[in-house]
Formats: sequence, structure tokens, C-alpha cells
Amino acid sequence: MLPCGDRALLVEVADGAAVEALRSALERSPLPGQRELVPAARTVLVLLDRQPTDLDVGVLRRLPAGPAGDVPEGALVELPVLFDGPDLADVAALTGRDVTALVRDLSAVELTVAFGGFAPGFAYLTGLPADLHVPRRDTPRTRVPAGSVGLAGPYAGAYPRASPGGWQLVGRTDAVLFDVDRDPPALLVPGTRVRLREVG
Amino acid sequence: MLTVLAPGPFTTVQDEGRPGWASIGVTRSGAADRTAAALANRLVGNDAAAAVLEATAGGLRVRAGRTLLVALTGAPAPVLVDERPAPFAAPLTLRPGQVLQLGVPPVGLRSYLAVRGGIDVPPVLGSRSTDTLSGLGPAPLRAGDELPVGTLAGAEPFVDVAPVRAPSSSPVLHVLPGPRRDRLVPAAWVALTGSTWTVTADSDRVGLRLAGPRLERAGTGELPSEGLVPGAIQVPPDGAPVLFLADHPVTGGYPVLAVVTTADLPAAAQLRPGDRLRVRA
Repeated sequence: MLPCGDRALLVEVADGAAVEALRSALERSPLPGQRELVPAARTVLVLLDRQPTDLDVGVLRRLPAGPAGDVPEGALVELPVLFDGPDLADVAALTGRDVTALVRDLSAVELTVAFGGFAPGFAYLTGLPADLHVPRRDTPRTRVPAGSVGLAGPYAGAYPRASPGGWQLVGRTDAVLFDVDRDPPALLVPGTRVRLREVG
Repeated sequence: MLTVLAPGPFTTVQDEGRPGWASIGVTRSGAADRTAAALANRLVGNDAAAAVLEATAGGLRVRAGRTLLVALTGAPAPVLVDERPAPFAAPLTLRPGQVLQLGVPPVGLRSYLAVRGGIDVPPVLGSRSTDTLSGLGPAPLRAGDELPVGTLAGAEPFVDVAPVRAPSSSPVLHVLPGPRRDRLVPAAWVALTGSTWTVTADSDRVGLRLAGPRLERAGTGELPSEGLVPGAIQVPPDGAPVLFLADHPVTGGYPVLAVVTTADLPAAAQLRPGDRLRVRA
């Protein structure tokens, strides 16, 4: 439990599964005055409309800190992906595969939205096997086109709109990732399960 | 209707922001100096949720399309109505066709113009605020923009003038220890709270960049991204702290050494390049 000013607490947990368990628990039974939950890689930021108290700390400590069996399964979203990214061959080489095997393996895995951030609608997808973890590009691109699908470290992600970015780009999707006139506006909200479906 | 004749250096529509969307990457945004924006709304009898104009470094010029009750707060710029001086932090009646002009504030950065009924541009995700980081909400104002006036008002106001202190160009901001104080050398906390910091020119609604002593990190270990709050003082690898304001990113990967108290955020939002501040625990 880390201090974070006079309106928030930052809860640090062991891993992504614990983040999801805590986020899910706080979404179902929020603290009084809870205004915002920001799950991240190993933390959940809990923003309140008041000063946090020892009681809040006590409640947060008693919430599940490990993968809980009763986390509801998220909806499944299939992202249609055209695997023609500029870094596809590099990623294949880095992961010791040919491109065909890489595309097959990326399409087979079930990913989960761990958290959002970076830009509206951007989702950090976890669930890649360790042999598909690749480093960021040494030099970030100044402009990554909207819809680009990339990999970085343990994460996969899709850019809702054009922006600078350092992820290794393996393909692109025409899925609408963020739309302010949709509820929810983000296609990929924390907890959502995701498959990358190859399109020709 | 309010017609923008000149937006000044940078004017946006702002309200209380769009809380509740951080988990999908949307920051809260909203008026940078919430106290001043709320006062402007109170002076014209508006609902707290009404949208106002946030003028950066003055220069705003608007024409009333009908009789409008307005009030200006925040950075205290001289006010002219049809070339005649008019009071600051007080309700003013504009008659149809009258032009209100805001000069350049001698101290402070952001002035707020509330119009009784609120600026009624279409809300995005429940808010009319311009989020300069994500590009959500209305575009910054341009000359010729026609702003509709809404109905977010309650009882007629009865205050003639609000006695408010002008912002300081050398404030003391109070902080609490941040979540990653241990990621910096102990001397970093001493330097943060014992030095005078200068606001640099690349400061905006996202945050203030501060020039002063270099804050050293305790190690080279990477910190995974984690949620940020307004007021967070983050230390990037170059050792120059960033104090986040209303349009801060929802997450960040650099250690947060300290967090400015909620009460002192309005003072931070009024700082302009060249201003000097001190930080006290």
C-alpha cells in the first residue's frame, strides 16, 4: 500500500493476475467515494473523492491479493488482423520462427486486456507465451498508423489512432478500438479476452 | 450565443472534467484551476457542472449575442466592456452586441469566463472539457467561433464581488511523499523540498516542467507503468521533475517522488514560465 497524495492509494501486488483480482473486486464493491480505478502492470490506483483513511487501507489489505477463482470471465473479442506489419520478419527472427509459424502462434493464443493507458482505447494485452516476448524497437517510430498491432515485452496492443510508438508492428486491424459515441467507448476494456484472427 | 472575436494565445472550454474513464486511457481533464472555475460559476449562479472558458495568458475577446450575465476569475487580467473598464471577480451584464475584452494578467496564467447557463458545446463522454493530451472535447477556440449558451443555472446570484487573492508568482506548494520516493536517492527529497524551482517554457495543461537541481535516482531498475494523479511530481531519467496538471497521462513509468496536495493544485495551475516556486512537506 503506497501513499499517493491526499485523494488516492496505490496498491502494489505480485503480478498481473493479482491486479485483475483486485480491480474486479473493487469494481464489484467500491470503497465509499471511489471515483476511479487505474489498473496497471503491478498496481491498482484507487482514486477517491476524499482523503483515504486507515479503514480504506484495512479494506484494501483484506481484498484478494492473488488470483481469485471467482473473477468473472470477460467477454471475448476477435480482432481481425492483417499480418503485414513492417516488423513481422524481425519478430519472427527474434522468436526463432518463420513468419507463417509466428502468425499461426499469434492467432492461437487467447489474450486478456490487463489494463489501458497511453492513449484512449489503447489496451495492454497479456497472455503471450514467454517465447513471443520481444523488446521494443531501439528507435521508436515518430508515427505509427491507427490500427497497427504491435508487440513489446510481455504485451500485445493495437493503436486506436496514429501516434508515436516503439512497439514491434506485426499487423493491422480495422476494428474500431475507440468511439466516444459507443458504450463503452473502448472496445478493449480491462478483463476482456482477445483473439487475433488472421484475415487475408 | 457568445461569439469569439479573438481567442488570445490559447483558450479552451472546460468544466469539471470526465472522471471514471482512466482505465481506458482517458484522463480526467477539466479546468486546471478548479477553484477559480468554480468561483466563476458561482458568481453567475451556475450549476457546478457548467462549462466555462479557460483563457491562457488573457487576450480573449468575445461579443454577446443577447443579454448575458458573465464573470471572470483566476489570473486577474484587466477587463474592458465596450472599451470601458469593468470589475474582475464580479458578475457583469453584457447587453446584446457588447464586446468583453480580457487584457494580459500581470500575475497568474489562467483566467476563467463563466456565462450564466454555461457554455453549451456538445459533451464528449459526459464532459465539455478540451483534453489537450487526448484531443477529446471541443477544439481550442478560434476567432469566429459561435458558442451556444445553455441552461445549467440555478437561482439568481446575489454576490456583487468576490474578494479573492491574486495568484502568486512565487508560491509555496505543499506536498505529501509520493509512492516511489524510495526509487530516488534520499538527497532527492531534500533537494525537492529545499530548493527554489523555476517553471520552464515547455509547461502546459499536461504539466509543469521544473528547472533546478538534478534529482538522482537510487538505481537503474525499470518501474512498470502505474496510475498517476494530478499533482504527482514525476522524475524522468534526466532528473528534471514534472508536476502533472489536469491533462496528465493516466499512467507513467517514471518514479513519483511527491504529490502536491489537492488544496495547492490551483496555485500550481496558475504558474507560468519563469515563475519560481518552493515545495514544502
